[in-house]
Amino acid sequence: MTTANPFANFVIVGERTNVTGSAKFRKLIEADDYQGALVVARQQVESGANVLDVNVDAAMIDGPKAMTRFLNLIASEPDIAKIPLMIDSSKWEVIEAGLKCAQGKSIVNSISMKEGEEKFLEAAKRVRRYGAAVVVMAFDEKGQADTEERKVEICTKAYHLLTEKAHFPPQDIIFDPNIFAVATGIEEHADYAVAFINATRRIRESLPHAHVSGGVSNVSFSFRGNEPVREAMHAVFLYHAIRAGMDMGIVNAGSLTLYDDVEPELRDRVEDVLLNRRNDATERLLEFAESVKGTKKKGEERDLSWRQKPVNERLSHALVHGINEFIVEDTEEARLRAERPLHVIEGPLMDGMGVVGDLFGAGKMFLPQVVKSARVMKQAVAHLIPFMEEEKQRTGMAGKSNGKIVMATVKGDVHDIGKNIVGVVLQCNGYEVDDLGVMVPCDKILARAKEIGADAIGLSGLITPSLDEMVFVASEMQRTGLKLPLLIGGATTSRTHTAVKIAPAYAGPTIYVNDASKAVPVVQKLLGTDRDKLVAETKADQLVAREQYLASQDKRPRLPIAKARERAPKLEYKPVKPSFLGLKSFETYPLAELVPYIDWTPFFASWDLVGRYPAILQDEIVGEAARSLFTDAQAMLKQLVAENWVKASGVVGFWTANSDGDDIVLWKDENRKYEHARLHTLRQQMDKGEGKGANFALSDFIAPSGTRDYVGAFAVTAGIGEEDVAIRFRRANDDYSAILAQALCDRLAEAFAEAMHAKVRRELWGYAKTEALSYDDFIAEKYKGIRPAPGYPAQPDHTEKRTIFDLLEARARTGMDLTESLAMTPPSSVSGLYFAHPQAEYFGVGRIDRDQVEDYARRKGWDLATAERWLAPILSYDPQIAKAG
Amino acid sequence: MNRDQRIAALNAEMAKRILILDGSMGAYLQGFGLTNNDFHGERFVEHPRALKGNNDLLVLTRPDIVAKVHAGYLDAGVDIIETNTFSATIISQAEYALEEVAYELNVEGARIAREICDKYEAKDGKPRAVAGALGPTTKLLSMSPEVGDPGRRDCTFDEMAKAYEEQTRGLIEGGSDLLLIETITDTLNAKAALWGAWEAFDQTGVELPLWISGTITDKSGRTLSGQTVEAFWNSLAHAKPWAIGLNCALGPADMRAFLADLSRVAECAVSAYPNAGLPNAMGAYDETPHSMEAHYAEWAKAGLVNILGGCCGTTPEHISHLAHAVEGVKPRAIPQHEARLRLAGLEPFTAAA
Repeated sequence: MTTANPFANFVIVGERTNVTGSAKFRKLIEADDYQGALVVARQQVESGANVLDVNVDAAMIDGPKAMTRFLNLIASEPDIAKIPLMIDSSKWEVIEAGLKCAQGKSIVNSISMKEGEEKFLEAAKRVRRYGAAVVVMAFDEKGQADTEERKVEICTKAYHLLTEKAHFPPQDIIFDPNIFAVATGIEEHADYAVAFINATRRIRESLPHAHVSGGVSNVSFSFRGNEPVREAMHAVFLYHAIRAGMDMGIVNAGSLTLYDDVEPELRDRVEDVLLNRRNDATERLLEFAESVKGTKKKGEERDLSWRQKPVNERLSHALVHGINEFIVEDTEEARLRAERPLHVIEGPLMDGMGVVGDLFGAGKMFLPQVVKSARVMKQAVAHLIPFMEEEKQRTGMAGKSNGKIVMATVKGDVHDIGKNIVGVVLQCNGYEVDDLGVMVPCDKILARAKEIGADAIGLSGLITPSLDEMVFVASEMQRTGLKLPLLIGGATTSRTHTAVKIAPAYAGPTIYVNDASKAVPVVQKLLGTDRDKLVAETKADQLVAREQYLASQDKRPRLPIAKARERAPKLEYKPVKPSFLGLKSFETYPLAELVPYIDWTPFFASWDLVGRYPAILQDEIVGEAARSLFTDAQAMLKQLVAENWVKASGVVGFWTANSDGDDIVLWKDENRKYEHARLHTLRQQMDKGEGKGANFALSDFIAPSGTRDYVGAFAVTAGIGEEDVAIRFRRANDDYSAILAQALCDRLAEAFAEAMHAKVRRELWGYAKTEALSYDDFIAEKYKGIRPAPGYPAQPDHTEKRTIFDLLEARARTGMDLTESLAMTPPSSVSGLYFAHPQAEYFGVGRIDRDQVEDYARRKGWDLATAERWLAPILSYDPQIAKAG
Repeated sequence: MNRDQRIAALNAEMAKRILILDGSMGAYLQGFGLTNNDFHGERFVEHPRALKGNNDLLVLTRPDIVAKVHAGYLDAGVDIIETNTFSATIISQAEYALEEVAYELNVEGARIAREICDKYEAKDGKPRAVAGALGPTTKLLSMSPEVGDPGRRDCTFDEMAKAYEEQTRGLIEGGSDLLLIETITDTLNAKAALWGAWEAFDQTGVELPLWISGTITDKSGRTLSGQTVEAFWNSLAHAKPWAIGLNCALGPADMRAFLADLSRVAECAVSAYPNAGLPNAMGAYDETPHSMEAHYAEWAKAGLVNILGGCCGTTPEHISHLAHAVEGVKPRAIPQHEARLRLAGLEPFTAAA
């Protein structure tokens, strides 16, 4: 199975809400059954359509009226209205009626030059005033273009008219160079697919930014009634057309087959026809078509003996092994045998996931495999949903689940890989997960929990300010009288923090879930008969954690800040001047150059696979899971890089600088007279013993006034476009690939920071021009100079990111930004400072006393409370208690 | 200074610094203790409906007070003032049965604003621009007025475009320099306003820079009609606006995150004029000139904006603090994004290059 998705950059236009293609939809509109029509639209969105095609062109339908009514109704269905519309009609008045109901930016399908240039331009200008993109059919006064030359000629002419006379932005133009049926028996038709593919390539090469789309199912029209052959033709056609540059298509979003999954002999014969490779191609495909009519696809050279087993065992096998190839047909078979579609979920599917859960619990399966199983489960359920909807409509019955859980990454935070994994694991254990996404404000979480009658709330966060937000959510739950369990997870959360800060704010059960494998047992107990036992155990454990924390608080001696400053390291300074001062942007950094810098160990850790790379691949216990994950990751990475799924941009800057106590002053220029900006750093206050070790602050690595020293900063991201990729996979019910893509982007961002640091050392700053290090040395950071980031142990104050972002003009230059809690967006981003001093090293500030907090507040221009809020994780005292005392 | 020269001068200023827009008209008017008589004046003394609260009507019945409000803001140091024409369409004036004076309200509203700006310009030569204000009207094009009948609409796109076309012609005739389509809660209303404006431009041969300001109604980060900020931008980018921004509904603290979103995507100037916080239990606004100043200063330093002003609850004092807060701060650099097909439903969708 390939996990890399060739459709990742392909815009899927859902075709089922088109009366010319769907008899079912036509009948609904004709019968004035708009509720039924909305169900069809919703299915298109759920099965992964990026854009919804709406066409009501039929003899018995009043076009403008039906278009207006349907689009107005869609506008009040947020789960449908969230995606853009393609307003599709051959009649201008229907298109215009649609545009007058669409607040978003839609696509008009279509306009053409069939009634001459003047009318074409007039229509284009009106489309533009409504703010829509446009599909242009390769059609002129002489007729529809059927040869490569005519297609290219008409599209080229239309392109120039649109961009030059109608001021149409080229990226808003989508050409439809006409897909016609092949294998019709008529000789002139044999080259139709080739003509489309070649024309597509030429259009994409010669007409910058324009797109190519088409109605794919036309190509297989001759094989009506033979679905296996039709699907194979669509898969092969799309494979070649997408490679030639086709980047949008009107397709049945639910049933896209992969080229690699087409049976090889069939694929060859289809290819012969589509590419017009031999004179007898059509006959040979017809002959073969007879033999596959109604038969199922076959896999190649794999052990398919499990296919002979009864359907329930096949479903279980597919779930345990994460094989999604046959899942729809097996689910359908099970559905036909079951009394109700829900019974398929409750019976064989849940049984299969039960096996997965047992193996996972027993440590015989690992997260990546479980998430793959979940993908199969989701696809099976997706197949059943329309039937259950239908049943619900019929009977008014609602389905049931093991429990409902609202999950969210809290306000100000954008990190969600861990939360997504937990969500998938819970879902595949039969829990209904309502995932509100990232940056979710507290009131929205609580409102949704109340609205759906949730059984628990799960909060996630990665950056330290999220900890405060979680406390806030807990206190709001208390204030609004909620009683349901609160689950806490995410990289910075901890048993101690949950016990000390969150649990006391909320009387309901508040439970720290440290990894995904704990989520299911915890939720099972909470929602089952073991609830009281778990709550009591948790309370007892949290009491212990609080006592431990309080006990540990008092024992650590701190130095007065003046004393700590006396113990600053005594360093010599011989600064090297950077090759430039000011900023340098890297707008589109080649992804391929980042790959060698990837540190894979944290990648495995993000999937709860513990061990160092590459040894982990041979690990006795997790080795197999790690190898399989690594193979998938490599395949996706290759494609991600080749097809530029995401963009990497960064900016680097250097300034003249001197330390001023624990601050670092950046000067406007080499005269060092006017202050340009000021960085603040924090000093270690632990008592290491007289003469035993220095108390570090980052400012120690910069020379005080009198020496011409310098400091650098950087902000890099490999996440531009990351969200789109994840969303696209998720729409195809493929969370595994979505999470994999996010995890890879995370690694690429870190690799980018590493690559940039190397470039800085050798070239941009150039203080280590002859450096040569092995991969292992890189990972072990055996080089001179450091790149500490705010929010990490050497400078725990996240707010310094604001200064760095402003200095670097990071928003304008890279598209990165900061949330109110100072998480970076996109999530796969890294920023920090550069210090070149040969003795610069990473250290942890550790806990600090109130005297330094007061001093720091003064330097930052804050009041004490603000300083205590931002520095909360490293305070050596409890501000509440300190105030009272 | 004629209109073209003034716009050129304003653009030159905008490249160098953050421009200042005025604050609330309503908060200021309250201080005058206006009565029914002020609204009716002599001309509408017989009008069958009560007119108190129809603030736009004051341009006909108490032009002196409207001019005083404008002057208050000009003294506070603004570059742009808004005409007192927020509700001057036939659609909104229908509530007062005053459809027939809608056009006149726009002409007079713009004329009064332009006149006082001319006086200030004459004193120091610094350009003062008049933004002809077009509010959202009282109807929504994307939403039904009745929960039980989601397909229903009380107004068509064509009716609304027509109303905005008339308003635009009036604002042009009265001497506006810019068109500010503001407090947009439903993007389809804004599209109708743009359509009307372009029709008016075609008819008059005068084309004014277009400025659009949307309203995020609560902390969900969506417009009332459900769009995210990026979807809102994608849906209106075709207007090639002179500026786009956010105003009303939220105070500065709640607006910041959404403003940052807009600032990241918009390929034109970005404006913001928040409320002075949210109305408190007493219906008053909590943000003081001083507390607002801190937000404005932070936004400016973070490079989020090109134009700043105030909405409900703000006063000339707020605006003079604002002017002080952003003095000498570099304006936001306008980004140029890659040419990509960017679509939108309620949410944005960007196709691969």
